[in-house]
Amino acid sequence: MPITYTSGEQLEVYRFSIPVTIGVPLLALVVQAYVPKYFPGFAAYVDLPLLVTIFFAMARRNPIAGLITGAVIGLFQDLLGHNPIGIYGIAKTVVGYGASSLGVKLDLENAGARLLVTLGFYLVHSAVYFTVARGLVNSTQHWSLPQGILAGIVNGVIGVLLYFMLDRFKQRT
Amino acid sequence: MESFLGRYRNLIILVLVLFLQVLGLAVQVKTGAGEKAETRLIRMWAASAITPFERAVVWVQTSTGNLWHNYFYLRGVRAENRQLKEQIEQMRLEQVRLTEDAAQARRLQTLLSFKEQFVSKTVAAQVIGTAGSDLSRMVYIDKGENSGIGPDMAVITSDGIVGKVLLAGPNESRVLLISDQTSGVGAILEKSRLQGVLRGSAGGEVMLERVMSDEQVQPGETVLTSGGDQIFPKGLPVGTVTRVSSGKDLFLDIKIKPAANLAKLEEVLVLTEKQERQAVAEGPGRVRAADILAQRLPSVPDKPAETPAATGTAASSSGPANATPKPNPPVAGSPAGAAKSASGNSALRPTSTGAAAPKTTSYSSEAPKPKPVNPAASEQKPPKPLIVEQKPVPVAPSADTPQPPQDNNSPQ
Repeated sequence: MPITYTSGEQLEVYRFSIPVTIGVPLLALVVQAYVPKYFPGFAAYVDLPLLVTIFFAMARRNPIAGLITGAVIGLFQDLLGHNPIGIYGIAKTVVGYGASSLGVKLDLENAGARLLVTLGFYLVHSAVYFTVARGLVNSTQHWSLPQGILAGIVNGVIGVLLYFMLDRFKQRT
Repeated sequence: MESFLGRYRNLIILVLVLFLQVLGLAVQVKTGAGEKAETRLIRMWAASAITPFERAVVWVQTSTGNLWHNYFYLRGVRAENRQLKEQIEQMRLEQVRLTEDAAQARRLQTLLSFKEQFVSKTVAAQVIGTAGSDLSRMVYIDKGENSGIGPDMAVITSDGIVGKVLLAGPNESRVLLISDQTSGVGAILEKSRLQGVLRGSAGGEVMLERVMSDEQVQPGETVLTSGGDQIFPKGLPVGTVTRVSSGKDLFLDIKIKPAANLAKLEEVLVLTEKQERQAVAEGPGRVRAADILAQRLPSVPDKPAETPAATGTAASSSGPANATPKPNPPVAGSPAGAAKSASGNSALRPTSTGAAAPKTTSYSSEAPKPKPVNPAASEQKPPKPLIVEQKPVPVAPSADTPQPPQDNNSPQ
């Protein structure tokens, strides 16, 4: 057994009711699509579907569940845009797998850890997204690291608040 | 083998899911599916899952706003009403002048056998959401095929163009904004008549491309649609030039500020029908009483003897017509000329230099005077030619597109 900060036996695995499992990602997608109508910068700096993916993946602590959650949310996000379907899907699949794998090994219940993890996964998500977009789809979209870090911090702060709200829906297995 | 699968099960499933998605991407890229039929249905399903919630939010928001503004918050309504009435009066006067301009432009188009494209039917729609990503600049509207909306229809506001319909579902449509990287709109600079292609940048800015770097483009110049993309009718406002810099490959980098506020779109118009027809000059049924009066009263004498052969097409009128000693010749397509022809005496119009320059109030006091050599009135006089000089014009003028004076003839 690998040495971790918290042993696997001490970590609690959570599950969610079906309405929460479907409703929260759907609500995140609706808000993500609606708010930029009034605040265009919202879409550039906040990725609510990503935050929801990270939350569910970390709470369930199951890599397969995490990657499937990420894939479904990402593909749905792809469907709402006009870019080829699968770019967000691939990026969020990787994030879902990574977040749940990390959740197996680390206890990510405190705000600081959550902020750092969200920042890290936001950067991973952006890196994967732009790699796929440029490498596979031949898109000309460019990525700015300073903007990425700033957006990561913004997502981290929003994520911490969101996770504490979503913690209420956790159910112990 | 079994232990291997068990040990690396998570990783194998991850690779499998990623592989399937990469495969799907490859198929889309190869077939160029994008927004085509292969992915159309599934995209519409996804939109159908999201848009009802957005509609509900928009409905609640609109209802609350209407209730507040229409029944409670009525402060300043009287003052605003008075101000609007004054504005209507001013616009009526402006309309009279513009009608003259338009009539003159139509007559010239008829003479030159130009075809004009005009908007014949629009559908008003409300913006209910966006794609939710700054890498996909598009909005959703609450009207679709059931309202007669289809792909590649132009979407505009009263301020300017917005984008085109990318995909139309039964009750909602996706509109690709002009600020998206994949969009392309044929555009023309109003004064210099330079044509280019309007594209969005990665940062969401709107750029005018394909203008050679040796051309002179000034910030502040207005950009209009050129009609070359076969989506937007010619002459719709696009925006204004905000920055000009030298770009790569001998082209200028021209940044455009869109006329329509793309960041806060509420209601839009979808051009569901546009027709192309031969320009038809207005018949005598549209002639005003003042014009008829001007025709009957003695006016500046014409010299029909000098232009006996110039009553036909514009091409045959280049020689003698220019020698016609009319004090106020109607200048083709020129607002100044139209204004002169409407007022009849340039001395009564000290500021007749452009479309916006003349004071409409002075115009109203001058219009009924019995002296004007009105274009409509002049058209009814058989021997009087309409002066048109055949100069090479970059694009076909339309009633919506103001022409620079230098493109048309001027009194010589």
